[in-house]
Amino acid sequence: MSDWLTAGEWVALWLSLKVAFWATLCSLPFGLLVGHALARWSFPGKGLLNALVLLPLILPPVVTGYLLLVTFGRNGVVGGWLYQVTGFTFAFQWMGAALAAAVMAFPLMVRAIRLSIEAVDRKIEDAAGTLGASPLRVWWTVTLPLALPGVLAGAVLAFAKAMGEFGATITFVASIPGQTQTVPTAIYEALQVPGGETAALRLVAVSVAVAVVAVLASEWLSLRVARRVRGA
Amino acid sequence: MMLEVAVQHRFGAFALDVAFAAGPGVTALIGPSGAGKSTVLGVVAGLVRANAGEVRFDGRVLQGAGVFVPMHQRRMGVVFQEARLFPHLSVAQNLGYGARMLGIAADVAGVAASLGIAHLLARRPRDLSGGERQRVALGRALLAQPRMLLMDEPLAALDAARKAEILPLIAGIKDVPILYVTHSAAEVEALADRVVRMEEGRVI
Repeated sequence: MSDWLTAGEWVALWLSLKVAFWATLCSLPFGLLVGHALARWSFPGKGLLNALVLLPLILPPVVTGYLLLVTFGRNGVVGGWLYQVTGFTFAFQWMGAALAAAVMAFPLMVRAIRLSIEAVDRKIEDAAGTLGASPLRVWWTVTLPLALPGVLAGAVLAFAKAMGEFGATITFVASIPGQTQTVPTAIYEALQVPGGETAALRLVAVSVAVAVVAVLASEWLSLRVARRVRGA
Repeated sequence: MMLEVAVQHRFGAFALDVAFAAGPGVTALIGPSGAGKSTVLGVVAGLVRANAGEVRFDGRVLQGAGVFVPMHQRRMGVVFQEARLFPHLSVAQNLGYGARMLGIAADVAGVAASLGIAHLLARRPRDLSGGERQRVALGRALLAQPRMLLMDEPLAALDAARKAEILPLIAGIKDVPILYVTHSAAEVEALADRVVRMEEGRVI
């Protein structure tokens, strides 16, 4: 293992990547469903759903973390039942950090997906329908491919947000080294210790590097997909 | 092969109330802009659900009391004015799309050759001219083996030379009945076996 980060810092970096990856991957199907519903469907409570999706963006992260704790904690409404039935709990586990990151990143993902689906010409979808494609197959063969650049951009944005999530994570699953301590919480912990600035600086450099790579990768990917979609 | 339409539909101040039948050959639906021709086509295709009335094809109710067959189950091939090709698919994939969705065989190469677009199969729609796009749209609709072709001013956006190239291709379609929306007298003369005139939402 390279010596420019300590073993604990490598663990925090690896955990951050793992948390962000799973948070993004697991929320993507829900992001597609909710993004599509908000873009295309009319139903009672649509405004409420939109507000609920946006809520984590507006609420202080610590409030979201607390709500997650009282809902999914071991004694929470859902979490208590889950623990009794399956023995599984999100509390103080990396999966809890992934849940917190997913909830916090969800509004950004949904917004990007919603906008990209809204931009797909419905007349082209209608044309697919007249050619025998069921609504689900129209979505899979026309809507999704045409919205893909926006969907990918939303996923990368969510990944970046999940990588940097702090407030909800530390409130919901604390900052246990090797379990729930991600890069942002590790930076915070380092700053609480006298002489910890050097460690914090190293982790800040890592955060910046990961963010730059993520943005560059997303730009490159979006450009490639957009070209393919436009037929260049 | 008989299409029977008797529907009423209202949106905003516009009221549609039409009744007509279309059999084999080309039935031209003509009238000025805003007469409701494209709405009628949409109703037959299943793109528009009329407020009331009935649409039947070969005796089967496509829309009626408590019945609305969705567009993907109607097998009505539609050629729109603006082609509406899939921009992310090649010409060959566009042509084969309907057959792929329906799980039927498609002679893409043969139809492409008959429409003079065999050399375009690897291209994307954005690299095609307006006339080429309409040929692909026509081929795409035909390859889905429709019960009827619905054509919504398919030549309106093309120049005279392109129209002259495509008209004979449409005239050559003998085995599929066509409902052809236009306001061009020349196209009616070249193609139509019978004419349904519309004005302000009514057949006159």
